[in-house]
Amino acid sequence: MLAGMRDTVPLMFGVLPFGLAYGIFGQTVGLTPGEIISMSLLVFAGAAQFISLTMFAEGAGLLMISFTALLINLRHLLMGASLAPYMTGMSLTQKALLTFGMADETYAVTISRAQAAGYHPSYQLGSNLAGYITWFTSTVLGVYLGGKIHDPLSWGLDFAMPATFLALLIPRLQDKVSLAVCLTAAGVSVWAAVAIPGKWYIIIACLVAVLVGGLFERGESGEN
Amino acid sequence: MRTEVMLTILAMAVATFLTRFTSPAVLGNLRLPCWFERMLKHVPTAMLTALIAPALLLPQGTLAFTVNNHYLIAGLVAAFVAYRRQPPIATMGAGIAVMLALRSF
Repeated sequence: MLAGMRDTVPLMFGVLPFGLAYGIFGQTVGLTPGEIISMSLLVFAGAAQFISLTMFAEGAGLLMISFTALLINLRHLLMGASLAPYMTGMSLTQKALLTFGMADETYAVTISRAQAAGYHPSYQLGSNLAGYITWFTSTVLGVYLGGKIHDPLSWGLDFAMPATFLALLIPRLQDKVSLAVCLTAAGVSVWAAVAIPGKWYIIIACLVAVLVGGLFERGESGEN
Repeated sequence: MRTEVMLTILAMAVATFLTRFTSPAVLGNLRLPCWFERMLKHVPTAMLTALIAPALLLPQGTLAFTVNNHYLIAGLVAAFVAYRRQPPIATMGAGIAVMLALRSF
């Protein structure tokens, strides 16, 4: 478990500014500290929480807001599918506990480790805990320091998130197939982000690139 | 705390949890075909790229393939540091340092 935490903590510097910003913005749209913090504890999904704030501000209702959260988080279906083969044999309760904490960073850390050195539930739990505690703490700090600090995302810290993901992505690009998957995902996501409104570009790019990866690999093994 | 807001937050929590739990719960005990598992192996690479590429190339929502795009420059520096097998913290530090330097000029 400690290994999972240790490997996740460095990435949390990328999450911290977003938690702070979420705590600050939450108050500007009129949510109470209790509501803002409850959302971080119960939902634990940065993008969906941020978007809900603008929707709360516009007076959107329960169905609209929760349906948007569902759409934004559809990528979890694919992430969960790639973890599923490692989680066979676990009880549904164990799966529920472990998947509750699956966010972009904790997933990337857990699956990279699983593919390199084997999967261990306690490693995933450690990674999840590091992510959860960071998200909670940074939300609380954002709520209570809100008036005193300027928007943390405006001083270059909005780059912390892509930098975190780069640190996770680059070591994965060890072979031709991974490079092909990466280039496809880059091309499709940029195209779709311009052409299609909303956050659809993530899941569209993911599906196309994964398909290309599967076909590419079959082609390669066919040659040998 | 207002009831209506708390109910909305709960609904968001349920919706989000379902996206996380469904695949491992449903696929977990099925025997997955080989080609499917081969595809799933690439999900992390595909997902990370799909999160990074638009953030670096479209910081303001339009394609910015120029030297004035600080996100792109900082991203290239961070990618280079990661490529040299430096720890994540160095990758992020280098990227953010470049970003701050570019902004202050």
